[in-house]
Amino acid sequence: MELVALVKHDCPVCDQLLPALDEARAGGAPIRILSQSGPGETAAQAHRLKLESVPELDAELELSARFDPDAVPTVVLVDNGDERGRVEGLDRPRLAELADRAGVALALDGLPERRPGCASATRDPDVAARLAARAARDAGRLQARELQIGELEDPLEAMFDRGFSDGLPLIPPTPERVVAMLEATSRDPQDLVALVPPYDGEATIEKVAINAVMAGCPQNVFPIVLAAVEAACDPEFALLGLVSTTHPSGPVIVVSGPLADKAGMNSHGNALGQGNRANLTIGRALQLVVRNVGGGRPQEEDRAAHGQPGKLSSCFAERLHDSPWPGLAQERGVAEGETGVTLFAGEAPRLIVDQLARTPEELCGSLAGGLEWIGHRRLRFAFDALLVVGPEHARLFREAGWDRSRVRQELQARSESPAGELARGAGGIAEGIEAKFVTDPAAAVAKFASPDQILLAHAGGDAGLFSMVYGGWVAGEIGSAPVTRSVEPWL
Amino acid sequence: MAVTILDPTREAAPAGRPLASERLSGEGQATIALLDIRKPRGDVFLDELDRLIAARGHTVIRTAKPTFTKPAPPDVRAEIATRCDAVIEALAD
Repeated sequence: MELVALVKHDCPVCDQLLPALDEARAGGAPIRILSQSGPGETAAQAHRLKLESVPELDAELELSARFDPDAVPTVVLVDNGDERGRVEGLDRPRLAELADRAGVALALDGLPERRPGCASATRDPDVAARLAARAARDAGRLQARELQIGELEDPLEAMFDRGFSDGLPLIPPTPERVVAMLEATSRDPQDLVALVPPYDGEATIEKVAINAVMAGCPQNVFPIVLAAVEAACDPEFALLGLVSTTHPSGPVIVVSGPLADKAGMNSHGNALGQGNRANLTIGRALQLVVRNVGGGRPQEEDRAAHGQPGKLSSCFAERLHDSPWPGLAQERGVAEGETGVTLFAGEAPRLIVDQLARTPEELCGSLAGGLEWIGHRRLRFAFDALLVVGPEHARLFREAGWDRSRVRQELQARSESPAGELARGAGGIAEGIEAKFVTDPAAAVAKFASPDQILLAHAGGDAGLFSMVYGGWVAGEIGSAPVTRSVEPWL
Repeated sequence: MAVTILDPTREAAPAGRPLASERLSGEGQATIALLDIRKPRGDVFLDELDRLIAARGHTVIRTAKPTFTKPAPPDVRAEIATRCDAVIEALAD
């Protein structure tokens, strides 16, 4: 049996108890005294208190982390490495009893009956984070390679130099920050989320967390990021082709469900724009995973001719409380009450104005006109679309009771054009449908291969008779199909 | 202050760049492979190198990939690794 005492240099209660512990130890009692403070501070405390010997140092707070006290001084009764009892703070009767069990006589007379002590160094938030990171590494929860950024390097510049950045500064993914991010999911950090194109990099939850930290994600969006990575890497989404195409499309993330609000996402004014941390960092985290884990870099694997700003981040939440429809993810199979993400391969969004339509039919005429020009009016069946209907437009559909299917049918019908207007060379425009397919110039040709290739979401501010359309990339089986996943498995 | 960060990549590249093998000392005789990757006129370049290296008393081994579009086959790599001290590759036309 021995007593192990934990103290620190700037604790007045430790000052009161230390002489008694020191005296007993000097007399041969089995007592170890360990300081949580540095060597200079510990030596100065011993000198100030005129101790017989300087306390040992609890190097790297190893014992403190093991006993994990709230306060110091803490005296622990240890038997062959096992704890048999402890007193945190100064509690004279209990300390006397503990010492008695260890066969130690402590001179406690004159000390106060009870004092609560000071917070253990392990309760300092910075220290606690460091200890949590160390424990995660020891337990195998962290396995990523550690990279050292030298004293003379600026961490932000060093991360640019190492090629980790999308062009904007990154938050350094220290082990402490990554461990904190991992707290946002109950899943094992080494679980595989997906193989990420173009090089099939293994995106473990840990790797996604590292990139989410760099993107600036708040912890509560992390499960949404995981679901987005899973969805983006589904073979149906064709991320390899999407990364390597000359087309400007990138993954657009639509979040539908209660977690969007809880994570602070924006589904209202400027939902597709700047100013909301959750929206922007979710989209950015996915793109950083593609870059760093997948290995897709602009002008290398990513052959986009122009790209577009949405390839930094493209993510918004659906406005569900007054939507004419259930959430997009719920329509696509995610259970009511759960949150889902829908990934769409989209270019930059574009405005469709109609401030005069007063019936859903009139509005569909305008919206279909906007849809028809995706890519080029004369290119048919190639693209799909994500139409983000604004609340003032959506009101017409809600009041008329039009569900998604009804709206899609109407948009499909109204985006037809006569084949003769779409033929190659018509009107002096070379682009168009090959002459051999134009047997009847009056025959109506749809824009989309099927009405299902028009996705409908509801988002935007209260005012503005506007909707927004994201044109798609090569659609369907030959290209990318939208993919929806529940966030639930990642909580 | 030094900062430790976690590697965000798939860790395909080494953190540092250690040399795959010792550099040649420049003294004594060496066996040097000249690898033709089958790009047009690469052989012209290698013929000249062959002459210059041989004139300095080194041994030259000529080897080639079947096609520039694909990595060198294992037997070509093995021959270079086991028989040669260094390799020079004619990369492009």
